[in-house]
Amino acid sequence: MADTQRPLSPHLQIYKRQVQMMTSIVHRATGIALAVGSLLVVAGLMHLAAGEQSFNHFRAIIGSPIGMILMLGWTWAFFYHLCNGIRHLVQDAGAGYEIPQFIRSSWLSIAGSIVLTVLVWAYVLMAGGAA
Amino acid sequence: MSAKDVVLKDRRTPLKTARGLGSSQSGVGHWWTQRVTAAALVLLGVWFVVTVLWLLHVDYPTARAAVGRPWNALLLIAFVLTMFWHAVLGLQVVIEDYVHIRWKEVVLMVAIKFLAVLGALASVLAVLRIALTP
Repeated sequence: MADTQRPLSPHLQIYKRQVQMMTSIVHRATGIALAVGSLLVVAGLMHLAAGEQSFNHFRAIIGSPIGMILMLGWTWAFFYHLCNGIRHLVQDAGAGYEIPQFIRSSWLSIAGSIVLTVLVWAYVLMAGGAA
Repeated sequence: MSAKDVVLKDRRTPLKTARGLGSSQSGVGHWWTQRVTAAALVLLGVWFVVTVLWLLHVDYPTARAAVGRPWNALLLIAFVLTMFWHAVLGLQVVIEDYVHIRWKEVVLMVAIKFLAVLGALASVLAVLRIALTP
């Protein structure tokens, strides 16, 4: 490692921030967050199977202030990973590889995830909280 | 080591020595499975979110009866299995990229697989309990 004469890739601290770099990092981060959130899906199904009292208890936890904040985070993580995941599937098919397209689709993923999150939470708040 | 040395030492062709190394194992299978589960999750995931939004706003008997309906139970099981499969594949890439100590890499990967299988089985069992008991 120390005696290498090849040029090293630039360190993150001096690397110019670019949107397509952020979308890539955040895709991984939201993927990890959603993997943790999958345990909540298991918990929800187990509580639903266990009975009414158990399920209402689960709904109360989700509907608590901390629960709502976490659910908001997971909602956005889900929609971001969905939008950017579709973007990656399109790129895997070989489309959208020009740099301007790459940057534009990055912003599209971000905007799409925010719009969908707002729509879902507008519904949740109108329907009377998460529980 | 030149190709000649390899042949002299173990009487095998260089191709025999190289075969099965690097990405020639199951890399393409991993890549494809990750994409196919992703495509499935686009559909199943949107269905799941819409369903959950509805489930959280109805009373318990309605919610339980809805999950027990054949199509919903089927799609829920499909969603949960695909989700855990996709999660394991994704976390595997992250671990391979960032965890460079071999034993930690293996322990983490095995732990994640144990958790994912347990989570998937627990979810399927819960859905079956709901669907098969009146």
